[in-house]
Amino acid sequence: MAEAVLQVRGLVKHFPLTRGIVFKKQIGAVRAVDGVDFDLFQGETLGIVGESGCGKSTVAKLLMRLEEPTAGRILFKGEDITRLSGKALKAVRRNIQMVFQDPYTSLNPRMTVGDIIGEPFEIHPEAAPKGDRRRKVQDLLDVVGLNPEYINRYPHQFSGGQRQRIGIARGLALNPEIIICDEPVSALDVSVQAQVINLMTRLQKEFDLSYIFIAHDLSIVRHISDRVGVMYLGRIVELGNEEQIYEHPTHPYTQALLSAVPVPDPEARERRERIILAGDVPSPANIPSGCRFRTRCWKAQDKCVTEVPPLAVPPALREVGGPAAHESACHFAAERDCAPAGG
Amino acid sequence: MDTLLDVRDLHVEFRTRDGVAKAVNGVNYSVNAGETLAVLGESGSGKSVTAQAVMGILDSPPGHITRGRIFFQGADLLSLHREARRQLRGARMAMIFQDALSALNPVLSVGAQLGEMFVVHRGLSRRDARARAVELMDRVRIPAAKERVGDYPHQFSGGMRQRIMIAMAMALEPDLIIADEPTTALDVTVQAQVMELLAELQREMHMGLILITHDLGVVADVADKIAVMYAGRIVETAPVHEIYKAPAHPYTKGLLDSIPRLDQKGQELYAIKGLPPSLLRIPPGCAFNPRCPMAQEVCRTDEPPLYEVAPHRASACHFWKETLDG
Ligand SMILES: Nc1ncnc2c1ncn2[C@@H]1O[C@H](COP(=O)(O)OP(=O)(O)OP(=O)(O)O)[C@@H](O)[C@H]1O
Ligand SMILES: Nc1ncnc2c1ncn2[C@@H]1O[C@H](COP(=O)(O)OP(=O)(O)OP(=O)(O)O)[C@@H](O)[C@H]1O
Ligand code: SF4
Ligand SMILES: [Mg+2]
Ligand SMILES: [Mg+2]
Repeated sequence: MAEAVLQVRGLVKHFPLTRGIVFKKQIGAVRAVDGVDFDLFQGETLGIVGESGCGKSTVAKLLMRLEEPTAGRILFKGEDITRLSGKALKAVRRNIQMVFQDPYTSLNPRMTVGDIIGEPFEIHPEAAPKGDRRRKVQDLLDVVGLNPEYINRYPHQFSGGQRQRIGIARGLALNPEIIICDEPVSALDVSVQAQVINLMTRLQKEFDLSYIFIAHDLSIVRHISDRVGVMYLGRIVELGNEEQIYEHPTHPYTQALLSAVPVPDPEARERRERIILAGDVPSPANIPSGCRFRTRCWKAQDKCVTEVPPLAVPPALREVGGPAAHESACHFAAERDCAPAGG
Repeated sequence: MDTLLDVRDLHVEFRTRDGVAKAVNGVNYSVNAGETLAVLGESGSGKSVTAQAVMGILDSPPGHITRGRIFFQGADLLSLHREARRQLRGARMAMIFQDALSALNPVLSVGAQLGEMFVVHRGLSRRDARARAVELMDRVRIPAAKERVGDYPHQFSGGMRQRIMIAMAMALEPDLIIADEPTTALDVTVQAQVMELLAELQREMHMGLILITHDLGVVADVADKIAVMYAGRIVETAPVHEIYKAPAHPYTKGLLDSIPRLDQKGQELYAIKGLPPSLLRIPPGCAFNPRCPMAQEVCRTDEPPLYEVAPHRASACHFWKETLDG
């Protein structure tokens, strides 16, 4: 197996909930990320899916060190980068870049495209000597399929898809090894999404990049990912390769999520067996005891109230082997047929 | 079946400082009672503006209906008096918006907003109206409706707010509902709850439903027929089963081909090249021609009419036959 470029262990981020304006008193915590473990291997794409508010973007920000973790460790090529600061942090940051969801607000409207893409060189002057920068920026524009002559234009002169390309070009500027993509195509029209996905796949091969790809469109995640982690209320509840997750999910939440995805095939309408989950997602300030999914789970038993199921290969499934034997945080993990997403 | 709504050759333009934006350029569609029509198309293609024209809530000025007719239960809506149209809204036709939070009044309790419908249109007392509000909330499965009827919109989750919007649209049992991206802002599991509810109520009340969406999955799940829009025009209409099997317009075909398929994993996705046009400068001929793999000279000069492809099927493409065949 390829080398792990990133190892995440027991990652936690709690945001304090306070009351009072002058004398702030902590009355609880939003447990946005609540114990996340995974590896990212060289050259692979790890997809992360889950409902709004489950902590995906917070994980991304922690990996970028834009937020300080409450607990846990992040290792980049074996080196613990969790507590780095100053110069050492700067050096690591070169290797981990991010592409954001919203191509309309993530680019500074008063900067030219050339300045936006070249900005990382200001922070890391060693990456490109001053005289070289303009040419480098033009190369980057070319790489992402934009006309290098557009270098002096402003973001508002571009469409959403083109702006997302600008964001990708900026992400590539420092030759990073890892790119974290937080919903990179969600804001784009269907006919433009495929263009950007193709671009990202091409760049990955060309530059041997490792991707963390966060999205809520399960069929796009399936298309681009080698492995997929499913998050619920701050934790990964199931983790496996694309086939294991989509064809052999064993966690009830993954099963419900997949069954809820509308399939673009009217012939499949009658055949579908949909799991409609009861109720709403609990607040991350008030996470249920035991298994955090139990309040919406149709399989929940007493054990689910008292014991936290670990993210591990369930022993019963390990014995049987095959694709169902992968990490699943459920006391009663088992396969169930559900309609696959996307054709 | 009786035609509930019939939109014919509708044209809407916005006269703005930058020029005239031709947002809707000849839309034709119809819906029968009990039927679901899905309107599909990319951002800015005129889906919402068409719906606003039907509802009589077009932002005017700058919006103007420059041509076309809209028949609702046989009546010519555009010749109706303003007051008569206002009477129709809510009572006989209602709309559900994408963003429930901005569509609901933040300073009124949901009970008051639901009840208002009965006070204004049915002349109920406040007290009876409140009881009806609780019933409605029950019906769209808001837990503990009785206790929550006095709560404000921000106190509900996104999915619940959307269900309250549905309750409001259903309140007076209208004959037509237009749902403009009712689930786009919601998570898939909540989206499934809301769509299921909408479909169930529609069946029960035998309403016509126009569902505006850009999600080909949602369309396949609930629609009876589809109208595909591009640059303010309907480019294809068809029964849902037929269009997925064999699209008759290259734009529809491109959309269907760009859905990731299992057997294409790791390969390039099919992508429609280029970008949708600016409405200030719609290309002459077929508006899709700069992006179309089938385009010939005639596509750059002659605007294709809506050709009848089969009974209940039409395509605005000079080469619909070739597209249909493969
Ligand atoms: N700075 C903050 N202060 C307090 N709470 C926060 C902060 N940032 C995020 N949260 C909360 O943490 C939880 C996780 O948020 P996050 O943005 O990571 O979710 P997400 O999975 O990215 O959701 P989405 O799919 O909507 O983008 C949410 O409940 C959110 O409200
Ligand atoms: N009040 C307005 N003033 C000026 N232009 C408008 C107004 N409302 C809509 N338009 C323009 O009309 C065109 C069609 O808009 P419409 O909202 O119908 O698109 P849509 O198909 O619903 O797109 P979306 O999927 O993004 O909702 C757009 O280019 C829009 O900018
Ligand atoms: S009319 Fe021509 S350009 Fe338009 S869709 Fe058909 S083939 Fe393409
Ligand atoms: Mg997010
Ligand atoms: Mg719209």
